[in-house]
Amino acid sequence: MIIQLVHEPVAADPLMESITPPECGAVVNFLGVVRNQHHGRQVLRLEYSAYESMALAKMQQIAAQLKERWPVHDLAMVHRLGTLEIGDTSICIALSLPHRSDGFEALRYAIDTFKEEVPIWKKEYFADGEARWVEGS
Amino acid sequence: MNRLPRIPETVIMMLGREVRVEITVLLFASLRDDLGSSSIQLEVPQSTITVEELLKLVKERFPVLRQRLGAVRVAVNQEFRNGPESIPERAEVALIPPVSGG
Repeated sequence: MIIQLVHEPVAADPLMESITPPECGAVVNFLGVVRNQHHGRQVLRLEYSAYESMALAKMQQIAAQLKERWPVHDLAMVHRLGTLEIGDTSICIALSLPHRSDGFEALRYAIDTFKEEVPIWKKEYFADGEARWVEGS
Repeated sequence: MNRLPRIPETVIMMLGREVRVEITVLLFASLRDDLGSSSIQLEVPQSTITVEELLKLVKERFPVLRQRLGAVRVAVNQEFRNGPESIPERAEVALIPPVSGG
């Protein structure tokens, strides 16, 4: 199981490979990617900041819930912090399971719960020079 | 990025015969920017207070944060806690604005 906050680019492929044993028929993966606009305003870059110790604790809790509710064999949950440019991956959640149907459901639960419970915040830097914290989505 | 203090210290001071407890409250995101500080110190008159009482004290003593506190959740020892729940001595306390990770 890989649960991390990182300050470097997130590479999904190695994460997925490392959680996939031969007995699993499915790996499902969600990537959050920095987009270039918010409600029509041009975004230049983002800065992610976290209450790191609590964020990791919450991520561990979500992982435990996933394993309890679905036949998740292994998982990776990695969020990047610091400055991210357009197109950069902010989060990767990958799950390996025997079958795909459980995988989609568990993955949906994982990212939805992450976005509600994990204390991480993004600050948007707009093309017009303004910057603001996004609080709530 | 600045590293946060891992375990905020709760300092117990004897003032006359009254026990006063100082609670460190961690701030993040807009709260941190608004105050220009990553934590605040609150002196409370008794050894434990509730989450509700804590928020009331923050409102009174740090008016600049007032307008944002309606949406803020309180974490005690890294778990979200509701209004009537009490904050034990030496707990790690944080104000958590609506999160936006992912």
